[in-house]
Amino acid sequence: MKTKILWLSGISCYGNVHSFLTYPHIDIFLNDFEFIYHPILDSTYTLLEITQNTKECDILLLDGAVADDFQRADKNIKSIIHRYSKTVKKIITVGTCATFGGIFQYASYKNPAGLHFLGENLQDEFLHLRAKTISISGCPIQPEILINTLYSIKQHFDIPLDSYLRPKEYFAYTIHNGCVRNEYFEYKVDNHRFGELEGCLYYDHGCQAPYTSGSCNKILWNEVNSKTRSGSPCFGCTESTFPKTNLFETKKNMGVPQYLPLGVPKRAYLSIAGVTKAFKIDRLNKKMM
Amino acid sequence: MPQKRLTKKEQIMNAALELFALKGFYTTTIPDIANSLKMSVGNMYNYFKSKDILAKEIIKYISVYLGEKLKEINEQDISTKEKTKKIVIMYFDIAKSRPEMIDYFLRVYLSNREVFKDGCEGMACVSEFVTEIMIFFEEGVQKGELKDQDFFSAFGLFMGYLGGMVFLNGEKILPNKLDFYVEDIADNIYNALKK
Repeated sequence: MKTKILWLSGISCYGNVHSFLTYPHIDIFLNDFEFIYHPILDSTYTLLEITQNTKECDILLLDGAVADDFQRADKNIKSIIHRYSKTVKKIITVGTCATFGGIFQYASYKNPAGLHFLGENLQDEFLHLRAKTISISGCPIQPEILINTLYSIKQHFDIPLDSYLRPKEYFAYTIHNGCVRNEYFEYKVDNHRFGELEGCLYYDHGCQAPYTSGSCNKILWNEVNSKTRSGSPCFGCTESTFPKTNLFETKKNMGVPQYLPLGVPKRAYLSIAGVTKAFKIDRLNKKMM
Repeated sequence: MPQKRLTKKEQIMNAALELFALKGFYTTTIPDIANSLKMSVGNMYNYFKSKDILAKEIIKYISVYLGEKLKEINEQDISTKEKTKKIVIMYFDIAKSRPEMIDYFLRVYLSNREVFKDGCEGMACVSEFVTEIMIFFEEGVQKGELKDQDFFSAFGLFMGYLGGMVFLNGEKILPNKLDFYVEDIADNIYNALKK
């Protein structure tokens, strides 16, 4: 029997909707799941039908931020969430806006926020739904993470979560994990120009991968690539602090990066950096090919 | 046993430091150092296989010593201006109580880079000391008290100034004792680095 899911968009740019469509095995997915409503895929009901009456549904996917005065089909978004949350088994906040507020926390609606968080701060309006919520942050989400999580729910697997309710299977790692530029990171070589194969982007070019949770270098985008692999810095889009400004520049204080690799004390970082910087590794300072 | 061995090593390093300051680095031999400790030369080699190895161990020893003193200051909940003064006082105190240490840093380590080229590349053997200076600068900028700039332009200004004063003092060129200059030097450094 197909699991019934509702994709409800709050204040959204539809980036997650489009990212979802890049999943390469969507035909197989749709054999196991039924969208009672999805913004652009063929669905069982129209938006008007799902907002006028509560339809049978197993999992609610919320994409986009919520606000007191934001409406879908003339119904307040929060009232739709309250209504469906009573019957669904699980709620997934899809993307950074639904999880933390993201860029739409700055929208001109009344009190825009994520379902449970505004930035890193816990919100209390939907506190009673916390136990059935899973957060999948990202701007946009990696479709594999959403779909694998949906299958885990369908199979009744235990899904360990972090403090932001994100599945640890995907968010206990940093984006740095699996990055092909790790050698350059280890020896502090950032003689980088965007898009080139050589060099780490953490030291000068704003890369946030060493302190951002996610699986971009474990599960490749479109099964091909990641931002850091292709020579662009990680923007930290899965975190409560997203978005930030000056994304292509590393904020430093007297040469020391303001944000250090996750969990690494400043003294430890500086001691290791001082030693590795002392050695000039010719291979890493040359073009690879 | 390992504890005892460490202590002996420290004794040798301290004896070597004094002899280097007295006779010069190149004219001091391993037998000279052994003699001053009433050790056999053979036993001495159990601790340090060569003078170059001893030289590198000594600079690490001094770096740890200075680094610990700096860390104590860095960890105090005081303004960057007050820390600046405390660092100046600390540095001059060591120049008075352990002049051979500063002497070694300036006259041996910085002046004989060929001795340190293998194993002490860049700042690898003075990382404890440099790490604390970096933390001092970094926290000063974070607190909005120091101007953000390249590390070395600030480092050179601070340590070059202090090293220069201790050097002049060692050469007996300064008309006054080091303490006389603390206030002005601390002010000059802070004014040069502040935001």
